[in-house]
Amino acid sequence: MTEPTAQDSGIGGQTMRELREIVARYPQPRSALLPMLHLVQSVEGRVTSRGIEACAQILGLSAAEVSGVATFYTMYKRRPVGDYHVGVCTNTLCAVMGGDEIFELLKEHLDVGNDETTPADPDDGAGKTITLEHVECNAACDYAPVMTVNWEFMDNMTPSSAVVLVDELRAGSPVQSTRGPRVCSWREAERVLAGFPDDRADEGPAAGPATLLGLQIARERGWAAPGRERSRQPYDRRSTDRRRSGGDDSSSSSSKEQATSAAGTSGAEADVVVDESPAERKGGGGST
Amino acid sequence: MTDVLTPVLSDSWDADRPWRLETYESSGGYDALDKVLGMAPAAVVDLVKDSGLRGRGGAGFPTGMKWGFIPQDPDKAGGEKPKYLVVNADESEPGTCKDIPLMMADPHLLVEGVIISSYAIRANHAFIYVRGEVLHVVRRLQHAVREAHRAGHLGLDIHGSGYDLEITVHAGAGAYICGEETALLDSLEGRRGQPRLRPPFPAVAGLYAAPTVINNVETIASVVPIVRHGAEWFAGMGTEKSKGMTLYSLSGHVQRPGQFEAPLGITLRELLELAGGVRGGHHLKFWTPGGSSTPILTAEHLDVPLDYEGVGAAGSMLGTKALQIFDETTCVVRAVLRWTEFYKHESCGKCTPCREGTWWLVQTLARLEQGQGSEEDLETLLDQCDNILGRAFCALGDGATAPITSSIQYFRDEYLDHLAHGGCPFDPAASTVFAAESVPAGASA
Repeated sequence: MTEPTAQDSGIGGQTMRELREIVARYPQPRSALLPMLHLVQSVEGRVTSRGIEACAQILGLSAAEVSGVATFYTMYKRRPVGDYHVGVCTNTLCAVMGGDEIFELLKEHLDVGNDETTPADPDDGAGKTITLEHVECNAACDYAPVMTVNWEFMDNMTPSSAVVLVDELRAGSPVQSTRGPRVCSWREAERVLAGFPDDRADEGPAAGPATLLGLQIARERGWAAPGRERSRQPYDRRSTDRRRSGGDDSSSSSSKEQATSAAGTSGAEADVVVDESPAERKGGGGST
Repeated sequence: MTDVLTPVLSDSWDADRPWRLETYESSGGYDALDKVLGMAPAAVVDLVKDSGLRGRGGAGFPTGMKWGFIPQDPDKAGGEKPKYLVVNADESEPGTCKDIPLMMADPHLLVEGVIISSYAIRANHAFIYVRGEVLHVVRRLQHAVREAHRAGHLGLDIHGSGYDLEITVHAGAGAYICGEETALLDSLEGRRGQPRLRPPFPAVAGLYAAPTVINNVETIASVVPIVRHGAEWFAGMGTEKSKGMTLYSLSGHVQRPGQFEAPLGITLRELLELAGGVRGGHHLKFWTPGGSSTPILTAEHLDVPLDYEGVGAAGSMLGTKALQIFDETTCVVRAVLRWTEFYKHESCGKCTPCREGTWWLVQTLARLEQGQGSEEDLETLLDQCDNILGRAFCALGDGATAPITSSIQYFRDEYLDHLAHGGCPFDPAASTVFAAESVPAGASA
């Protein structure tokens, strides 16, 4: 506890007011419990006893009832989480594509086990701490192997780009999500999950290259749903700008190059396969 | 003749900042809402029934029929209570990655769908239960709801119609089981996410014991173009019993993974061609048609129409159309063990067959994967599956058995190879994307 004020902001009057604000969003108070626990984590750095008691008091529940809920969900942490939560997907597809290697390497590189946190920097306090955890499928399989930082997507990772990423996080350098904004702290992320938005919704791209692949092919071949050929204005600018790593900072990595090359070559690749397009081969696929 | 790909839900994704209200409105956004507000709610239900839309979250239940189960007569059980719409945005089924990009790029499409659907079932409060592990999607949803509110698409007296609706974006906290609709309801009520006994069904006693419709994100989003273009337009795509367009997600060992929106009934062979085929120098070994809970298929199923009936006839399920592609470098036993560990971890603990059964499945599979045990263990595994399938409280237990029984069906010899080899005969490095990187650059183009 060298820096008690920073670490122990605690459940004060402001937090109690915000916890009650969450309750007011729902027809029945108890529905607020999950976002309330997210808010507790944002001020306490984990689910603490006093956070549980605050929720219980407001909702008229016992601490045991609240605790029973908190322990059910993996995003709620009983031990202090670092400045950044780093997730590595090791569900089957990401594991096979390289997630297992990435996770093993990061454990070794950070010298922590699963769900453990790197020690605080003893020298100057400028270094940031990381909690490393293997996570389950995070719904980004077309960008495998996938990592997350504070639940922002880090797509198409490799062992080398993963090491660069965690080193930059520890150094306190700005890091950009591949499909999201510049990453905030874990506590700030928890506050958004509690339903208190930050102003970052407009940051980051609409989609990554894999998300747009089918659409891009359809555009190139003039394919559309019936009656929708002219239903939308053609857009001038397509959001292929994924703005990874803030564009030019040093967190560029092999994954960035990989993503860029995937976007850059997909048009040419589409041309290559046009000769064998299912439309020509079967005339309209499986549709009636 | 319908085109091979039919972008409708994904049509805006390449626009400039498509998540913004101004972009959405500039291409006709919220016009469908006006159309609906001029209709009787029951007529909207009929429209969706006529379209043939079926749930895109995996089960394929007819959406309009589900809405029709909501009791609207105050004299009937539940009819006097408030109605709720809950959007299942807890996309967590391994391999499934369609709803997250949809909400990231075009959250207003979902919001408009929620308003229309809520109007149809006469709900005045709707919830979007989004998994907590997708922070930027949560932001975009929060932002879209705020924008829609400010523009008068939400709140009191929407578009001067007298209809009121609030939408609450609710972030989950990490639990696969909450994708099960009744577990989702318990979670939304601030409890441990454990499934409920049915009956009563949510349509009669759902959220707060009131009539509730729970629909998947893609289902609700699909309602908007159905209103815009009509039921016949939608039913003109797809196959006889599987109507409309849908999002197929290709991942894994393909040249170019990604999202493909096509009429229901496209085949994996066609999708693979669009994706540039299996990665260079390799061939298809096995794949899931709709996430890890759908029995795996092999190269012999390349021409199966990917609709509810076609995949069912092939011995699997369409599920979420999450096509995870694995080439011959992948050890099927390793893949199945990892999925099984997932089900064990995510089992909510409520019922014994799933809680204990998934634990035993992992023990048995892990031994086999390490080359220990004996051929009898395969029978033990199948027996364990038999004691879970159909005996668990919800579909999680059933899903846990799918990869095991199907992999033993198609790859029994590979299990035995582990015993003969005294361990896994595969090199895990060969299946990684980094292994592909070492292939000469030209090979991947």
